[in-house]
Amino acid sequence: MTKTSPLAKLYIALVFIFLYAPMVVMMVFSFNSSESTYIFEGFSLQWYERLFHDKVTMDALKNTIVLAITSAAIATILGTLAAVGLNSMKNKHIKSSVMTVTNIPMMNPEIVTGISMMLLFVFAGAMFSKRDVLGFGTLLVAHVTFQLPYVILSVLPKLKQTDNKIFEAAQDLGCHPLKAFFKVVFPAILPGIISGAIMAFTLSLDDFIISYFTNGPDFQTLPIHIFSMTKKRVKPDMYALSTLIFGAMFVLLILMNVAQSRSDKKQRSKGDK
Amino acid sequence: MKKIISLVITLLIVLSAFIIPVSAENEIFSTEVVEYYKSLGLQGTTINVYNWGEYIDDEEIDVITQFERLTGCDVNYTTFESNENMYSKLSGGGVSYDIIIPSDYMVERLLSEEMLLPLDYNNIPNYEKYFDSEKYGYLVENGISDYAVIYNVGTTILIYNKKFVDEIPTSWKVLWDEQYKGKVLMFNNPRDAFAVAQFALGQSINTTNMADWDVAADYLLEQRKLVKPEYVMDEVFIKMESGEYAFATYYAGDYELMVENNPDLGFAFPEEGVNTFYDAMCIPKGSQNKKGAEAFINFMMEPEIALANAEYIYYATPNKAVLENEDYSLADSEAVYPENLQNTQEFHNLPTDTLQYMNNLWMKVKGENDAGGLYAGFFSAIVVIVVILIIHIIKKNRMKKYYNV
Repeated sequence: MTKTSPLAKLYIALVFIFLYAPMVVMMVFSFNSSESTYIFEGFSLQWYERLFHDKVTMDALKNTIVLAITSAAIATILGTLAAVGLNSMKNKHIKSSVMTVTNIPMMNPEIVTGISMMLLFVFAGAMFSKRDVLGFGTLLVAHVTFQLPYVILSVLPKLKQTDNKIFEAAQDLGCHPLKAFFKVVFPAILPGIISGAIMAFTLSLDDFIISYFTNGPDFQTLPIHIFSMTKKRVKPDMYALSTLIFGAMFVLLILMNVAQSRSDKKQRSKGDK
Repeated sequence: MKKIISLVITLLIVLSAFIIPVSAENEIFSTEVVEYYKSLGLQGTTINVYNWGEYIDDEEIDVITQFERLTGCDVNYTTFESNENMYSKLSGGGVSYDIIIPSDYMVERLLSEEMLLPLDYNNIPNYEKYFDSEKYGYLVENGISDYAVIYNVGTTILIYNKKFVDEIPTSWKVLWDEQYKGKVLMFNNPRDAFAVAQFALGQSINTTNMADWDVAADYLLEQRKLVKPEYVMDEVFIKMESGEYAFATYYAGDYELMVENNPDLGFAFPEEGVNTFYDAMCIPKGSQNKKGAEAFINFMMEPEIALANAEYIYYATPNKAVLENEDYSLADSEAVYPENLQNTQEFHNLPTDTLQYMNNLWMKVKGENDAGGLYAGFFSAIVVIVVILIIHIIKKNRMKKYYNV
């Protein structure tokens, strides 16, 4: 093993400080007993208590989570199907042009996607003479659209790694193609699907610009709600909320990693036998 | 996987236990009031309310929940952070709101574009009872009161820190004093920032003369050179409370919020005048439930609700019942309820080309110093990239030498 030089260690320490210092500060002040954001005056849970009594914020949080879960689920299914289709395309030119087209929502500036989406929805609403089109439905469509390329991009490499011959062998041995897919291909690409789903989930969770243009009066997400506070003070109960979200994400990621390394171990021990 | 799911579910259950259901509290309204809202027949209907963020009480009295409880009318409550964004959402189509709360000049703009519905005051009996129509009589004269009911009023204010400033400032021009370099906070929106310069210069803040705007912009540029102000909105709270800044421009009620956390702060109404503003409740065209909206406006003027909102927002209220209430903690605040203010001016809606011109000038005011930094950053980024490329090429060549020869 090579020894890491002290300079490299210092560099890593710096990177981590820059990444996590803001969050640590926020967490500390979410437990502050006063409203001050520069003096810590004592430990208290009052901001957490207030947070859970704040109906508008809790509604926004619920909306955000519902939207993130449903849009991530839809985008994962559609994206996986698209990746499977793309992978089995024979014509290279068509394949690369389709890839380019699917990647455009990712490259496009968010504000362009947001405004064009809004125009499309309003236009479609006018066509079907439906007045208030903007709402949960339009948000869902918009979020699935910008999540799709990320899911495809994380599933496609896994598909390329899997040997298509195993899939064919399963069919040779009398397996129905669909069953063969779920028995052979699906387990192999599962890590890609999961990371795609997590990616889609987190993207939806913190999207502001696209949601801003496509949301309606009955469905406001958390980022929009927090942004609207910027004329007045952003209260410490938002620090409490952010702390909780960060904690939940942290736990989720640790669990994913543990599960991943366990399944890796299992497979390795199977391989040893 | 199963374990993860079950863990997540248990976490959610534990969290949801925290959410204590709204307890059956003591009735805050008289039986008459309760009966009145019940008799409106709004049960099962919905209204869409579009309000400023943090602009309604949810601590003492959860206003929205109480309205839903009394009327049986569901409220979809969403929030915006500027008049302009509210306008673009409203005019973009695809949505309809029943209540919006724009500021003065935006009310005028919406009126001139015929985007508001006239109010039926038979459905807003509290207006007659509680609204201070003497003080705000000018709204009746110019016809705005047919379309809008004032929610809050206020002024801009000069906030200073007694640690840095010995005597009470009397003029906006202190913000151009070089000795406070780096210690000045200015509005980070064009209309309010220009108003500061225009007051200092003795201009009208609603001028349509482009030359006036040029002069004001030059004056703001001069300020940039002299004192290097920071342009902030909500950060003004943290920055002024930290005690590291000498001056800030913001809204009067917010001074009271700041001084609670930093008693060293003082305020002044400069003699050149300040901007007075109001935010008013309006019903935009396309409203699907006008009766519900009018009931909401009426509800916002109930003395209990108006008091709770006034104590939460810290802006001045036009509600007589609140002003006469002995429990109202801000009644004596000289910042919120100043006496004998002179030279005040209101914002009016400006023609589009003037607004465009102002926005361009604002870019110039805010941009000039940043541009230098931007170029420096861009240049150094290019240098870094070139250096990395050169190192990469040298390494590659060496590799070739060692392995390919």
